[in-house]
Amino acid sequence: MALIEAEGVHVRFGDRVVLEQIDLSIPEGELHGIMGPNGAGKTTFFNVLTGRVRPSRGRVRLDGEDIGGLSPHAIANKGIARSFQVMTLFNEFTARENVMVALPSFRARGFDARRAVAADAGFAEEADAVLASVGLVDKAAVSAKQLSYGERRALEIAVALAQRPRVLCLDEPTSGLGTDGSTRLAELIGQLKNRLTIIAVEHDMGFLFSLADRISVIHWGQVVARGTPRELQQNDWVKKSNLGRFG
Amino acid sequence: MPTSPDAARLVTPAMIGLWLLLGSVPLWIAQVGLYPYLGVEILIWSIYALAFNLVLGTAGLPSFGHGAYFGVGAYAFGLCQFEVAANLWMCLGAAALAAALAGLIVGLFISHRRGIYYAFLTIAFGQIFWTIAIKAYPLTGGEDGLLRIARPPADFGVVAFDLNDNLALYYFVLVLFAVVVVALWRLVHSPYGQVLAAIRQSETRAAHLGYNVWLYKLSIFAISAAFSGLAGGLFAMAQLSAFPDVMSLNQSGLVVMMTLVGGGLVSFWGPVVGVVVYLIARDVIGALTNAWMLYFGLMFVLLVLFRPEGIAGMVKPVLERRRRREQGGSALKLIFRSG
Repeated sequence: MALIEAEGVHVRFGDRVVLEQIDLSIPEGELHGIMGPNGAGKTTFFNVLTGRVRPSRGRVRLDGEDIGGLSPHAIANKGIARSFQVMTLFNEFTARENVMVALPSFRARGFDARRAVAADAGFAEEADAVLASVGLVDKAAVSAKQLSYGERRALEIAVALAQRPRVLCLDEPTSGLGTDGSTRLAELIGQLKNRLTIIAVEHDMGFLFSLADRISVIHWGQVVARGTPRELQQNDWVKKSNLGRFG
Repeated sequence: MPTSPDAARLVTPAMIGLWLLLGSVPLWIAQVGLYPYLGVEILIWSIYALAFNLVLGTAGLPSFGHGAYFGVGAYAFGLCQFEVAANLWMCLGAAALAAALAGLIVGLFISHRRGIYYAFLTIAFGQIFWTIAIKAYPLTGGEDGLLRIARPPADFGVVAFDLNDNLALYYFVLVLFAVVVVALWRLVHSPYGQVLAAIRQSETRAAHLGYNVWLYKLSIFAISAAFSGLAGGLFAMAQLSAFPDVMSLNQSGLVVMMTLVGGGLVSFWGPVVGVVVYLIARDVIGALTNAWMLYFGLMFVLLVLFRPEGIAGMVKPVLERRRRREQGGSALKLIFRSG
């Protein structure tokens, strides 16, 4: 059975239809790429998955349970984590603190107003382990606003990983990264690939074609093509557009 | 606020230093030309400003009608005494509880908002409470206020202290101030405080990390209101009366100004610094000219323009530099390590 499933998802803002009809079914462990031109509705679809936007019609299911229209925190609690296209890290926090507040163990103690965070070494250890997995452990005590762009991107992913999600939604993870950064990120995502279900919106086609198990192409609020990277390269729609050229 | 090296302590060296200093105030305050009652005012307003800063500095919520909760506490203290029982603990409890309830009700209506909309709603609700205080004559005495509020003795079972003397009241309020400081220091450095700090920086991100932002905003508003109400109850006791003017927009603005001047956005102690500076400036400049608010206002404008982090924001880098130098191996660091 599919872990995450969208069925006839339709979103309109006033009289503007942003998503016409999205049907997607992603099995557990798959890395599913989403591509499409600017304004195709990719980010809106992410916003539906993570609760920022309520679908006007249609259903979203996580492991068979309808999660369409739940609030962002309820969806996050069910195990869907996301990174943001425009980075929204906690700038005053250190890298370690950014990861710490994302930990489920920390969240469980969220209303604890008596014991000091610093008195519990477990939080810092757990956070550092996550930072180590993205190669940021040296920067644990540096405030997020002082990190380089590439490091902030890596921290974005660390924060999402710290939530121990079942589904990880990455919104343009390579945007703004140079070739080097993209390569390192591809390695990192490659390592995560078999342990997590990942949905990635991405403009960098080389990146997506080399990593994704399957790709859906969204255009005009609909899925216009889908398949493995190899299948998509043969797809007429993709061939006619310039999307497939990089494959 | 950056994490303090003393975050995990129950009582920090800075707290002990401050308490000792405050404890000695009655010994010398008359010698420097001030009067002992000023000390009581400073302590009460410090509790109020620290409570207010939970909302402004910790959670980043601009509340500009906080006088309402201070005022509700003051009236509740008086009404409890007149209508229920003239017991100090009950009346102070009633002050905190009534203010918490008021904060909770207001919080229900505003916690889904942020920024300027949040600020305006807090002002609007503050004005509602102020209007009620003026109009509900049978309950609050209208503009005449609640008069003849007594100071019930602090009864600890085995021993009871009479608080009618301002010196006794000063030490009683100092003990409460110490308890509030410890409780709020714990709160600010707890996971709860950390989540609030996260919400201050990005509500969106906090929500996507699984935190019910609305509930956190609601709860801290009610907690802040409760401590503000406690301060209001103490104020009614100190003044022997309760008046609507503490609930006015004007007076609500004062606590915001004190907190910002002191540096509440960057330091736990900022609000206390602001209260001390404000009240002493009131008395010292006020003795020279009636237009003292003009000068204090000018100082506020200059500070906001050039040192938006307040007085604590100016002092902090100096302290930190000193701390770093001391960590060079000097034994002095053991003595001077302060929060």
